[in-house]
Amino acid sequence: MREVGYRVLVDGVATGELLRLTEPLSLWGGLDTETGLIIDRNHPQVGRNMTGVIVSMPHGRGSSSSSSVLAEALRVGTGPAGFILDTPDSILVVGSLVAHRLYGRVCPIVCGPLPEGSTGIWMIDHNHVDPVPGPYPASFSSG
Amino acid sequence: MLLTDSDQAMLHGEAGGATRTAMELLLATAEAEGASELLDISAAHIDGCLYHGQAGLDFARSLRDGGAKVVVPTTLNVSSLDLLHPKLYRGDPAVASAARQLMDAYVDMGCVPSWTCAPYQLPNRPGLGDQIAWGESNAIVFANSVLGARTGRYGDFLDICCALTGRAPAVGLHTDQGRRARLRLDLDIPDHLFDDDLLYAVLGHVMGEIAGTEVPVIVGLDDRATEDRLKALGAAAASSGTVAMFHAVGVTPEAPTLDAATGGMEPETRIVIGREELNRARASLNQGGGPLGAVSVGTPHFSVNELKELAELVSGRSTTVPFYVNTSRDVLAAAEQTGAVEIIERFGATVVTDTCTYITPIMGDVDGVVMTNSGKWAFYAPGNLGVEVAFAGLEACVVSAVSGQVIVGEEW
Repeated sequence: MREVGYRVLVDGVATGELLRLTEPLSLWGGLDTETGLIIDRNHPQVGRNMTGVIVSMPHGRGSSSSSSVLAEALRVGTGPAGFILDTPDSILVVGSLVAHRLYGRVCPIVCGPLPEGSTGIWMIDHNHVDPVPGPYPASFSSG
Repeated sequence: MLLTDSDQAMLHGEAGGATRTAMELLLATAEAEGASELLDISAAHIDGCLYHGQAGLDFARSLRDGGAKVVVPTTLNVSSLDLLHPKLYRGDPAVASAARQLMDAYVDMGCVPSWTCAPYQLPNRPGLGDQIAWGESNAIVFANSVLGARTGRYGDFLDICCALTGRAPAVGLHTDQGRRARLRLDLDIPDHLFDDDLLYAVLGHVMGEIAGTEVPVIVGLDDRATEDRLKALGAAAASSGTVAMFHAVGVTPEAPTLDAATGGMEPETRIVIGREELNRARASLNQGGGPLGAVSVGTPHFSVNELKELAELVSGRSTTVPFYVNTSRDVLAAAEQTGAVEIIERFGATVVTDTCTYITPIMGDVDGVVMTNSGKWAFYAPGNLGVEVAFAGLEACVVSAVSGQVIVGEEW
């Protein structure tokens, strides 16, 4: 089932395992750019790794330093593959755009509701969001 | 997007390559936010001078080397280093060097080396109705709520783009519509608690959790909510949530009445905050029993008044643990005139300027719990520093420091 009509905040194509953050996360203070791990102890998904995943999040949160943290994570290679947000967040948009400008990294960000219970591997394809049917290669092992 | 001739000129590189880059990023953001035009700003505050890695430095250098100069008065947020007390830094010298290069790049672009997260404590702060572009979440919420100036949430990178172009997207909190409260918070709290500094940080934490990105209006505060207390409230709300503006009826400048705050429309949601919610939030920020390892206050940076209050509390006493007080170089200079700084140093406290203890390695390995009066510090330090935090009022922090034991006081 193709989910269409997403608003493109940062254009691009990306594929990755879906990581649903049930609460907004401030990347600053919340993401360790060396490892990609979520380190905000108050966050329900603390300990999960953001590297290479499609992050679904209600909206951004907290510190305005999150643009730098996202750009740095994308530079190092520990950043997410893309974001699906419920509401637009310019702080993430700027982080992604700067990483593209400086290092050629693509981290698309789209805005729109994801169906309840979505899991597995998803693809952001410009203004479309698609689940990728399994079976998945070993490199996509979930966890 | 409706662009002025001047916007077009900047976009076409007539003001140089760096300004063109700034305008391109600004327009991409403005489109993401749904703006149809940009507006003029009269000041900016830059969050991007705090070092988070090579990306931030690469970006600042690319602008500086492209000849970028700010076109509006622009202050700088905390950095990673205390330039007045450089020996306090215990981190990697290579990181310090990169952090210093980042600071220099922003100063080279014409920014004022203020190095504070509380630019509203500097002279010439913006006033009611002024359009500005500020970074730093606590400064953003203070500017909108307490000063009545108008800023969106400008993150790293976008902040300098606004300062270089003098423009910002005409959306959200820049507009009358975007500043209206849609969420009403009524306080059902015993009256004596409004005299307790800690109430404001805890209330801010609760408000952030409830409000998310909404603009709330608080009903029930009075003139005991001083600027310093509103600072603590906003900082905590911008940490636990994404609150960039709140109203407090009868207290903040755009809320002389409830109707003024809401634009005359009944808020969609109304929530009562009572003692139970406050005690739960207070407990959630208190992780530690055990021995006291250190105390850190001044997040956001202490004002002159807060330094005076601390001096009164610590006069004639000595701390048994490392005790850090974060403030700005400007506030420090003003407070030195009052004698407060001398008393605080005689107590055994370490004054930290230009940076803050939760964002850079100053405290070193702490043996025990770290106590703070800041909801923001209590929220971020466990993740940033890997410490356990005890959270209490300023007086309890001092009493604990003197005794060496964590004394957080009774629940409300």
